[in-house]
This record gives sequence, C-alpha cells and structure tokens, in this order.
Amino acid sequence: MTTTAEPTTELGKARTRKEDARLITGRTRYTDAITPHGTLHMFVVRSPIAHATITSVDKSAAEAAPGVLGVFTAADLGVEAVGLPCAWPITPDMKSPQRPLLATGTVHFAGEGVAVVVARTPAEARDAADLVEIDYDPLEPVLDMEAALADGATLVHPDLGTNENATWVFDSGAAGTGGSVDEAIAAAEADPDSIVLKRRFRQQRLIPAFMEPRSCVVDPTGEQITVWAATQVPHILRTMTTVTLGVPEAKLRVIAPDVGGGFGGKIGVLPEEMLCVALAQRLNKPVKWTETRSESLLAAHHGRDQIQDITITAKKDGTVTGLDVHLLADMGAYLGLVGPGVPILGAFMFNAIYKFPALKFTCTNVFTTKTLTDAYRGAGRPEATFAIERIMDELAVELGRDPMDLRKQNWIAHEEFPFTTVVGLTYDTGNYEQATEQAMATFDYAGLRREQEERRARGDKVQLGIGISTFTEMCGLAPSRVLGSLAYGAGGWEAASIRMLATGKVEVVTGSSAHGQGHETAFSQIVADQLGVPFEDVEILHGDTQISPKGLDTYGSRSLAVGGIAIVKAADKVIAKAKKLAAHLLEASEDDIEFNAGQFTVRGTDKGKAIQELAFAAFMAHDYPEDMEPSLDAEAVYDPENFSFPHGTHLAAMEVDTETGKVALRRYVCVDDIGNVVNPLIAEGQVHGGLAQGIAQALFEEANYDDQGTLVNGTFVDYTLPSAADLPSFESSTVSTPSTSNPLGVKGVGEAGTIASTPAIVNGVIDALRHLGVTEVEMPTTSQRVWRAIQEAQGRSTQETPVDTHSPGAGLGSIDPNNPQGEVQ
Amino acid sequence: MAQVRVTVDGVNYADDVEPRMLLVQYLRERLGKTGTVVGCDTSNCGACTVHLNGQSVKSCSVLAVQADGAEVLTIEGLARDGELHPVQKAFNECHGLQCGYCTPGMIMAAVDLLGDNPDPDETEVREGIEGNLCRCTGYQNIVRSVQRAAQMMKPGASVPTESPAPVAGGN
Amino acid sequence: MIPAKFDYVRPSSVDEAVAALRDAGEDAKILAGGQSLLPVLRLRLAAPSVIIDLGGIADLRRIAEDGDRIAIGAMAPHHDVMRDDLVKQHVSLLSQATATVADPQVRHRGTLGGALAHADPAGDLGAVALALDAEFVIAGASGTRTVPASEFFVDYFTTAIGEGEILTQVRFPKYTGWATHYEKFNRTAQAWSMCAVAVALRIDGGSIAEARVGLTNMGTTPIRASGVEAALVGQQANEDSARAAAEHATEGTAAPSDADAASDYREHLARVLTGRAVLAAAG
Repeated sequence: MTTTAEPTTELGKARTRKEDARLITGRTRYTDAITPHGTLHMFVVRSPIAHATITSVDKSAAEAAPGVLGVFTAADLGVEAVGLPCAWPITPDMKSPQRPLLATGTVHFAGEGVAVVVARTPAEARDAADLVEIDYDPLEPVLDMEAALADGATLVHPDLGTNENATWVFDSGAAGTGGSVDEAIAAAEADPDSIVLKRRFRQQRLIPAFMEPRSCVVDPTGEQITVWAATQVPHILRTMTTVTLGVPEAKLRVIAPDVGGGFGGKIGVLPEEMLCVALAQRLNKPVKWTETRSESLLAAHHGRDQIQDITITAKKDGTVTGLDVHLLADMGAYLGLVGPGVPILGAFMFNAIYKFPALKFTCTNVFTTKTLTDAYRGAGRPEATFAIERIMDELAVELGRDPMDLRKQNWIAHEEFPFTTVVGLTYDTGNYEQATEQAMATFDYAGLRREQEERRARGDKVQLGIGISTFTEMCGLAPSRVLGSLAYGAGGWEAASIRMLATGKVEVVTGSSAHGQGHETAFSQIVADQLGVPFEDVEILHGDTQISPKGLDTYGSRSLAVGGIAIVKAADKVIAKAKKLAAHLLEASEDDIEFNAGQFTVRGTDKGKAIQELAFAAFMAHDYPEDMEPSLDAEAVYDPENFSFPHGTHLAAMEVDTETGKVALRRYVCVDDIGNVVNPLIAEGQVHGGLAQGIAQALFEEANYDDQGTLVNGTFVDYTLPSAADLPSFESSTVSTPSTSNPLGVKGVGEAGTIASTPAIVNGVIDALRHLGVTEVEMPTTSQRVWRAIQEAQGRSTQETPVDTHSPGAGLGSIDPNNPQGEVQ
Repeated sequence: MAQVRVTVDGVNYADDVEPRMLLVQYLRERLGKTGTVVGCDTSNCGACTVHLNGQSVKSCSVLAVQADGAEVLTIEGLARDGELHPVQKAFNECHGLQCGYCTPGMIMAAVDLLGDNPDPDETEVREGIEGNLCRCTGYQNIVRSVQRAAQMMKPGASVPTESPAPVAGGN
Repeated sequence: MIPAKFDYVRPSSVDEAVAALRDAGEDAKILAGGQSLLPVLRLRLAAPSVIIDLGGIADLRRIAEDGDRIAIGAMAPHHDVMRDDLVKQHVSLLSQATATVADPQVRHRGTLGGALAHADPAGDLGAVALALDAEFVIAGASGTRTVPASEFFVDYFTTAIGEGEILTQVRFPKYTGWATHYEKFNRTAQAWSMCAVAVALRIDGGSIAEARVGLTNMGTTPIRASGVEAALVGQQANEDSARAAAEHATEGTAAPSDADAASDYREHLARVLTGRAVLAAAG
C-alpha cells in the first residue's frame, strides 16, 4: 500500500481492528461453541453413491444404540414435500427440481443426506449412524455436461424430461445496447483484414473451503425459535426458513455469531439447518449440527465448474468487433439459493474494460449428479474475467501484438467516463491508464520482457512468463430494480439504524453481517466521521435478527458500497434531528445551525452544543421542540442506483520449470482502483486474501470426481489449499478515482483479488511456454498438466491423466474417505 | 473410561474421559476452552494448535489420555496478567487475521516458531506455519505479524505498539 | 471427527507392550505419534478395539551412538531426529529428509518408528532407511530380532513386523562425511511426496566412491535405485554423470498412477529428481 500522511478524518485511516481483541484471545463464539442445556446432536447419514434408488432403510439397530433419541427419514419427519428454496428463476421456463431435506426414493449426489440420527452426544450420534442400514440400487451417474445434454442421456430428474435447467441469453443487438454479434462474426469472416478466434476454457470445480465448518443450533424453548448458524445471511435464512417450513417469521430469531469465513459458501439455506428446526420442534429440545471437514468438502455447495466457448472477432489492427460467449454451467444435482444466477452475474462482465461494440452471451445450466454449485467468491465475474483476459492474450498472439498494447487499444479511455457499455451498464469512474502505468512501472515490465527473451534465447530450464489481467467487476449488489429485471427473488437494498445513547455513545445497527471482513472497524470509522464522535465510542451491532431486524446480509462486495451508505444515510437523519434540537436549545433558527466535527454551533457565535449533549437532552426530554419526538435515533434503507466498478491491473511473473512442469509465482504486482478507501489496512487484507484464492484456482485447487461420481479429494490431504509456504508476498497498491454513484466515493474490494488474479497467473504460465508451442493448460496448472502440455506441443504423446484415482499413499491409504466401503487397512 | 490429569492454562484438572476423546474435544467440551477450534479431520489445518509440554501440537490429533500428566497452553492462557503476548499484539497491529478462525492455532504455532527461531526470515516464517491453513488473509499479514512479534520479543526491544488492545471483557 | 470406541492401554515397558498386544489379539493397533493413525480413526477408516500407546515407554525415545551404528528409538519424534547432533553428523540424509515431513506440529508428535511401521509408500523416511541399509529391531513374545531394511518393506502399509510384534529401534550405519540430499517433489508444501529421491555419496578425491539412492512413492514400497548407484560409482560428480546415472532411476520401479501424477510422469520425475539430488548432494 502507498503510505501517505495519516489523514485527519477517520476515512482513510489504517485503524487496527476492533474485533481482533476477542479473536486473538480465544474469547470467541463460533456456532459450535454454543450448547444450550439439553442440547441433542444430529448426524446426517449420507449416500456414498452419486445416483441410486433407495431400496430400504433399516433404522432398528441405530434406534437401539446408546443415547439415541431417534433416527428419522424425510417421511418420518413428514417433510417429504418440503423443498429448499431457489431464489433466482433466471428464465420463466426454468426447470427446477424439488431439493429435499433428505433424499426420498432417489439420491442424486454422493453426500446427499438420507436419514438423520439424533442422540445425546455427537459421538453417540456418529456411532449410531454406522448402524443405519441403507440399501441402494445404483443408477447411471450423470457427470459430463455435454453428454448430459445429448439425446438419450440418463436424466438426473426424469420428471423434468431434460438435464437442461435453463438457457439464458443476452444479445446486445436484440437489447439495443450494442450491435449484433452474428453480424460481427459474418463480417469478420468475410473480411481478409479481420480475424475470428475461438477458444474453449474450462473453469474447474472449486470448493469454497471456509475455515469454520458449517454449524447450526436450534433452540425451540421460549417464545421464539432461536437459530444460531454459521451463515453469511442471517436475514435471508430467517425469511427462507419461514418460506420453507412455514414457521412464522416473527417466531424466528436467527443469530450469526462469530462466523469463520464464507466466500459465498455460507450463502445457502441448508437442509441441515431446516432439519435442525424440524427436529427441535418435534423433540422440544435444542438440536445441534456441526459438520466435519470431509462432510463439508463433500456436501457444502461447490463453485465455478463451467465450460466456456468464446469467439472473438477483431480487425487486424487490433480493434475488437464482437464477442460471442457460450457457457455450460454445472448446477450439480439441485439448484442452490442463487445457483442458477451465478453464471448470469458474469454476463455483464465479459466485455470487461473494453469498448466492444457487440456481445452475445448464451448460458445453458446443466444438471449432473454432483454436489450442487452456488456462489463462490466473485460468483460469475471471475469466470467472465478469466475468459476475456485469456482470449485477449490469445488475440494478441494471433495479431503479433504486445498483450498490454492490445488491451489499451480497446479499453475505455479515462476521459470517456462515464461510459455505457455494450451490455447497458454505466461505468461511473475509472482510469485504466493510471493503474496500468503504475503497475507496469513497479513490475518493471520492460525489464522482465528482456529477461524472458534472454532465457528463451539461452534455452533455460526455467522459463519466465508474464501474465496480465486488466480487470473490472461490478460491486455493490445491487440496485433492486436491476435485480427485478433479472427475476431475482429479492431486492438489493441494505438497512442501518443509529441509536444515540444517553451517555453519548453510539450504537449502529447494520443489516450487513460480517464474517471476517472487519465491518465493526470500518463502519465505526464511517460513523465517527459522519457524526463527529470518537471512533472508540461507536459500537457496531449485527448478525442477530432481533437486534438487526432488517437486512440483506453480506455477499457480492456489497457491505461498504451498500451497507456503508445506508449508515451514512441514517447518520444524515440523526444530524437533521440533532440540528433541530440544537436550534431549539440554543434559541436560534435551524438555518443558522452549523454542524462540524460533532459540534452544532450558531453561525457567527461561539454558542454551541456537542452531539453528545444533544443526545442527553433528547434522552432527558425536558425541553424539545413541539414538532419533534424526543429522540435523535434514525434508520435508513439504502437502495443503490448503480453498481460500482472497481478495476485494476494485475501482473504476474511466473517461472516454469520445463523439466518437471513445476510452476512458481515469482512476483505479483497489482494496482487496484477501489475508489476511496475507508481503511487501507483492511482493504489491503481483502486484496491479499482475494489474490490467494484466485491464485489457488489457477495453481492448486480442483474438486475431482471419479467415473462413479464420487468426490475423490474429499479431505484437506488432497483438496490442496495453499499454505503460507506455497505463496509469495504480493506487491499490492491502490489508486483512486472515487465512485460518483455513492456519497463516500467507495467501490468495494472483497472480491477484486480473486476476480483479477486467476487469468494473470494462467496467462503467465502460458506465456512462459508459448515459444515451446504450448497454447493452453487447463486449471489448475499442476506440474503434471504443464509437463504434458510441453510434451504434446513437442509432438510426444503421453499417457492420459487419470483424474479419478485416489492417491495410493498420503496417509489415508488407498482409501476414499467418502466411500467407507473401500478397502480398510 | 480413563483418567486424565492435566494442567491447562495454569489450572490443574482431573477427569474421567473416554479413551477416544480427542484433546481438542476435552478442551472444548469438558473445560469450556472453546477458543481452540476444529477446522478439519486430517490434521492439516492446524486451527486446533495448542502447546503440549511447550511444543505446538494439533490437539485434534492427540487423544486426551495422551495428555495425561502434561501441561497444555491454549490461546486462552497466552495473555498474562491482562497483557497480551507480543504475537497477539502483532497479529492485531499487522492485520494478521480476518475471520479469526485459524487465528488461535496460527498464534500458537507462531509462538512456538519464535521460541525455536527468534529471528526468522520470511521463508522461515512461511515454512514454520505451513501446518496452519488460512483462507482469508493470503498469509502476507500473518507473516508480517510473526516478524513484527520477533522484533518486539528481542531482548531490550522497545518496538512502539499502536494502541495495544486490552484483554477486554470476559475472563 | 470422533473415532469409534476403543480400549486404551499405556504400557511402560516394551515387555508390557508386547504382553498387551498378545492379550488384545489381532484387533489391536499400536499408537506411536498418532499423526497418521488419529486421522484414520477420526475418519473411521479403521476401528481397532484396543489402542496400545507406546508413549509411556521413555526408552523408546532415545537416540544414541552404539558402536558403528546410530540407534534411534522408534518413538523418537521427527523433531528430535532432525535436530539431533549425532544424526546430523552421521546420518545427515535422515536429518534432511525428516525436516521435510509434514509440518512442525506433526513433527513434534510423529515418530520415526511410527512413520516407518506405517509404511506409506508416499512417506519420506522409508527411502532413506532403505538407501542407508538401516536395521529394524523388532520385539515380540520370543524376544527381539533384527530385520534389514531390504526385507522390512513388504507392500503398501505392510512391513516385516509380524502379529504380536513391535518396532522398537531403527539402527543406521554411520555415513560420516558422506554428501547427502533429499529431493522432494510435491504439489503443495503440505502435500505428501509425489516422488522424492534420497541420495548419499561418498566422494573421494572428486569421484564417487560409494552411492546410496532410494526412491519415494515409485512403487508399493520404497525402492532402492541400485542401477543409479552402480552407474555413479567411479564417476566424477558432475552434470553428465548425474544425468547418465539418472537414466537408471526407473529400473525396478512400479510407479503408481493417481490424479497428481500418472506413472509416465512419475517415472519422468524420478529421472529428473535423481539427477538433481545427485548434483545437490555433491554440492
């Protein structure tokens, strides 16, 4: 981060975080630490098979096991007809199967629950689960998206008559926001001075892998049913619990206590959560469920998993004339809460920072017998950014151009903002030149290109590649009217309220519930500036629907750009009330009251009142104007008018060992324009963490299924999250063109690093190998894939990569942990 | 049932436990030391790291009975007399945590690392905490935190600390 | 998360342990450091009825010089082995390889004997023990016997330790002054070896007088790369000799195929890493 003089306002100050005090001392309350008296423990008996008919369930031995209160199937609980919600019907004719709380009749993915055991201790529940005898009659698994769409394919849900969930199309020609892609392609094909370039990219299946496994506790005692849940979305969970189970919303209290990360992975409404509610009601005791890590990797929703067919047309001078995008997106066996809409969120980002005149986006969502997919950090936008940034590199190669020059030729120049893009979005601000110049200077782009040339000339074992990603994203989800036009099942506003306490302290209630982002600190800084109160005097309350009754929670980099602005709006109302009271007490006209740094003064005099004094006066209520209530408290609901559009230039220097195929990230430089920065320390942390996840997609992570539809890397032994030893330090900095769409000029930063970094890394890997004839390496670019790509480019055939084989060694033996029928050593 | 006698964060305990009870379960469920958390089932993530007789261990991969006669230090016992350990302070000052779930284990691993190597370079820090996974930070500020703590812990060091966070509330 | 129920015994001598093992029958499991066993129990991939914890036998943690051998108690933790001065001086290859095992916390608990008895083909220490002709001291009801490394590793997770027997000590000949290196290749820092090569060379006047080479994860057991050894002896330690010798690296291997590496790639890695390990050892 660029260091500058410490600002005099809170905005821009690198405050250390308030929430750390409890987190660094273990004085935390994650859901699994909550165990009310009498709590019973639920364990889910899951199908080890991807696709099968359940022929029998024998519960008798389990029911007789020590400590067991009951063993239940969906029928036993009377919830066979209950379906979990999907809030995003992307087309009117979208095919939507019932997503049951527990499978009845047929299981549709390995890991789907079939029965639950409830016992006095977690160990007893787990022991008894081994005694539940379930017989399955296996059905053909449905694993490959293209095969699933072919005639005669086995159907995941035969009653739907197809494995196609929906096809969603955006055509800038038809929408009137741009030209026709079909015409652009036809014109390019007919024009010797144009080219048409097609590429297929694969977005592998990823697992969000938040560090805190999911957990919930439901306490039915008392008037309200209280649900503690490791969730990103307590408010949505409350509403959806009502929608799903019919419990009146006012009888539900949902609390998201300390939540250990989410990254989209905790945005869902879980069958386990609904089962805990149903069981707590039935047994009249608190019921608790905490998943193991292997359960989490298997059954918590996954992310990405797309096949991307991209066609780009351009003049030979480099001007892009059209982009045609065809996606297949794997939904898994059922639809998650917003799963079908995730690829659609990318539709508007394929044109990225460029002035493409025509864009067509066609996405077909497909059902398979795999774990369902839903939001994962970036949700739709990383996929779009990857495809466009990869194909811009390919186009540069085809045209013999420097990849950065080609981008520059096509991007929106800073003087062209605000700019309405080919998909109809209006980018309010941005300066791609500024971010790029700074990044290239820091990176020493020219110097590294020279080194690359030298290494190529020398035929070095270790080759150098330079990867570029000039990304933008849409943040601040979302203007409610836009969501309405996309048939999304909710708005995009956020709520806040401010309570001025008698003692001068300030309680701020936000509907944006944090799970690691630092809201308590950043929001305190905003309020301290707005109201002129000390940072330390502000308390941020969130994550409990009885404390924060209204909200739409945290996802899509919306907390600051939407939730933060709601706080500003509430503060404006507090100030307006305080001004009125000040005028009354100071015997002045309201028009003569000036507010600055927490002081209300009568213009031209030294008479004044501090906001704390006014809060006390309102509390005492001995003397206040007749036309106001004795309170300064205020609330606001803010519905954004536009998204915000952070952008940045990311540069990666990749070293590839051409003998082993091992890829190493030598250097990573990024310059992000995230508008005004509330807290540089927190913003930097968000960028770092985002980079790590995006880099992990490029280099390390993939959820692999075998040909029977079993997840083969279902523990942290083989779903390889990078450790500290696998990553370098990043050189990140910011520039700012403040957003003009909100009063703070902020843009959002939570997903930027993830969205930007993946193509930078892969472009760098391929750039290192391009001279050897390599044009593509699928993600993750493991050493084996890189080595094979080199061999194939050199005309040497190699053995097919077996993706479905479990490691013979690696501590767990030749055993698939999710398939306990396997050989046990 | 087997008996375990153990000192945890300076307090002596004697309990009958099932042999299969993991040390981390004993800490959380019996002693209420929920500051130590569980993140995986294969001893990869390190979230459950505590010190057993002065060495960092993953308390999910130790049976409670194996700790019989031992001294255990958890994140909850690290601050002394209301004063945070320098590693705790450094994690706060360098923004070495976000969601906080890996933090107890990460801090306990870092304390052990610095006991072993009081002045680690970046590579040594990264390798020293490779048994602890974090999904939020990208590790960069964790590495900074550990190196800052090393400076703070040097004999006679007076590294200025920004508004040291008090051990507020609770116990 | 929670293992199935078992009984627990913590003997305080090897004799007690052997007796406990006899009493428990074939459904018993020995707990050394537990860093592989506990995850397996937690995932319920195994459910022994009795766990016999060797942690109460202080003798088994000792590392000592015994004539021309360095004798390492089976329960010596990795952390102790990698830092022990005797080991560093006389069996530096073991010290180097042990430092690459897992992570610091696991090295605090995990033991040399436990790792070798577990005999995971991806484990790093088997190749070292094999290359260095270690001896395995195994105690049973009828006393102790010593098994050479060449006979110790039988198959995946299977060793010469018989029913009712316990590995108590691993004895390494001294390789004082040998040039050694352990070249490990894995997907992430925490991951198990995809392939690794252990090399020890006695270099005399610039030429290789003796060579010991072991391979990790190139078969169902660790593999002794005898062909590489033979090709190295008498050569100058340089790029050409290393490369030529490395061509023999896959002789006698049966490289497994998995998602990280199909067998052809593993074989390629074995050759490349062998060459690198030889050069790194020779310095």
